[in-house]
Amino acid sequence: MTTSTVTATPSATAPRKDTAPDPARARLRRRLARWGFVAPAVVFMLLFFGYPLVRNVVMSFQHYTPKTFFTGEAPFNGGDNWSSVFQDALFGKALWHTLVFTACSLLGQFCVGLALAVFFNRRFPLGGVLRSLILLPWLVPMVVSGVVWRRILDQDTGVLNTFLDTLGLGGHTPWLTSPDMALLSVVLVNIWIGIPFNMVILYGGLQEIPRELYEAASLDGASAWRAFRSVTLPMLRPVITVVLVLGFMSTVKILDLILALTDGGPADATQTLGTLTYQNSFVELDFGAGAVVGNVLILISAVFAVFYLRANRTEGK
Amino acid sequence: MAAHAPTAPRRRWGSTVAGLLVLAVMLFPLYWMLNTALQPDSGLLQVDPVPSGLDLSGFTKALTDQGGNLLTSLLVSAGAVAICLAVAAPAAYGLARFGLRGSRAIVFGTLITQMVPGIVIANALYTSYVDLGLVNSYAGLMLADASLGIPFSIVLMRSFMLSIPGEVIEAAEIDGAGPVRVFLRVVLPMSRNALITSGLFAFLFAWSDFMFALTLNTTDDVKPITLGIYQYIGAHVGDWGSVMAAAVLSAVPAAVLLVLAQKYIAAGITGGSVK
Repeated sequence: MTTSTVTATPSATAPRKDTAPDPARARLRRRLARWGFVAPAVVFMLLFFGYPLVRNVVMSFQHYTPKTFFTGEAPFNGGDNWSSVFQDALFGKALWHTLVFTACSLLGQFCVGLALAVFFNRRFPLGGVLRSLILLPWLVPMVVSGVVWRRILDQDTGVLNTFLDTLGLGGHTPWLTSPDMALLSVVLVNIWIGIPFNMVILYGGLQEIPRELYEAASLDGASAWRAFRSVTLPMLRPVITVVLVLGFMSTVKILDLILALTDGGPADATQTLGTLTYQNSFVELDFGAGAVVGNVLILISAVFAVFYLRANRTEGK
Repeated sequence: MAAHAPTAPRRRWGSTVAGLLVLAVMLFPLYWMLNTALQPDSGLLQVDPVPSGLDLSGFTKALTDQGGNLLTSLLVSAGAVAICLAVAAPAAYGLARFGLRGSRAIVFGTLITQMVPGIVIANALYTSYVDLGLVNSYAGLMLADASLGIPFSIVLMRSFMLSIPGEVIEAAEIDGAGPVRVFLRVVLPMSRNALITSGLFAFLFAWSDFMFALTLNTTDDVKPITLGIYQYIGAHVGDWGSVMAAAVLSAVPAAVLLVLAQKYIAAGITGGSVK
């Protein structure tokens, strides 16, 4: 700090007022200095977000093999990657799983999150502490949550089946090992992960709703349910949009959780666009095919980004 | 709804009981993680609901196997936080104050980045990292992890810096301070809370990162704890005790931060997403 002050003073104080050398040059210098603040971030985002977007489109028309990384050769092959990915039955499956996974996860997270937000919106002893402790599952690394649930859902010795067994509710469900159950199980775990986030954002939205509206509603003789429908939901609309769109964008690209729980199995029952991209590129080293699936994923996200930006515009001041 | 005059105290404590039940259900998996970690002998058998004694051998084993990976995670996350704040704080100030042409487009860009799936970034990044020799390097992973926090931090700090009164900055400028000095001496100290929140989230994002660790590393040179645990369950299927002990260790930063920095976390979740 002190050294910079010393070096800065001569140029800053000595010639200042009296000379005022060249206003145009001074203005240019000031503008450059101002851009200097923003430039690193712009460059960074172009390199880490802009460039990958463009590069993925290019890669989807290139033929990558395991040898590519030694020879550096990835010749263009027209639409071959696209047609082979689209003809593979696994792509259709992964697309379907992605949509089911995303829709069910969002529905579950949102409904439970909203219910909890309404619940915690009332004042009661310890409410604040309990509300913030519920955040914990959201802060734990997702792979770690996945690993923990993998143990809980184990068919023979997992605690969930043990528990169901003591209740006399069967207790031999192959949660993660049956192709019919695996996707549902992964959705349930993801709902658990997403509840805290939904709750906190919706709770924030509820806090903004003026209390007088509820008082007016109860003066009009509205029931609690009626007040929820005609006051809470309409007032919460912008926040609901934001929470759903952000939820969509983080759910549709899911990878960590599924790798930790099932690795996409059994029999590709939990393969999604995210895991398929990973598998194509980093397991089979066919980066061209991975890029195709990745582009589809971007396209789906882009459609929803439009909703997001709309929501942000109505929200923004 | 129930916010009329203070209602009957009995009902309010009833809500506390219900809240405790909700919390118990939500935190049960984390309890089970700790519980399993304390029963290293259970292996593939059923785990008792409560550990019978304090058997820390699972933790000893996890520390031996994964201690290095924990350090790697710490180092990579710290580096990612440093990069993130160094890039995002000046940008946030510039976008909040300077009225540059293109500011709006840049803010728009930070919002757009939230829709780019990480695996797509990894896909393209890997090929470039191979060319640049950044695969299996600390710097490579730090940069990639920093990208998780930068857009968020820009949005969060910008909205904070917009609220710094213009007179404060003008006063410093009249005293002859250049933009860099104003930023370092006036803006940053005033933005302390926003910096802490951003840094905290940048840390949590980097610490939780699994995807970049998985895709941008081909050897064991740079292996964060998330990747370590993932490979652990492949290799140690029978030894759930130490897997869970490693999981507990990896969840410690989140738990500590939640307790110590609760208000920053709440501020970050709402501020970063709704704005």
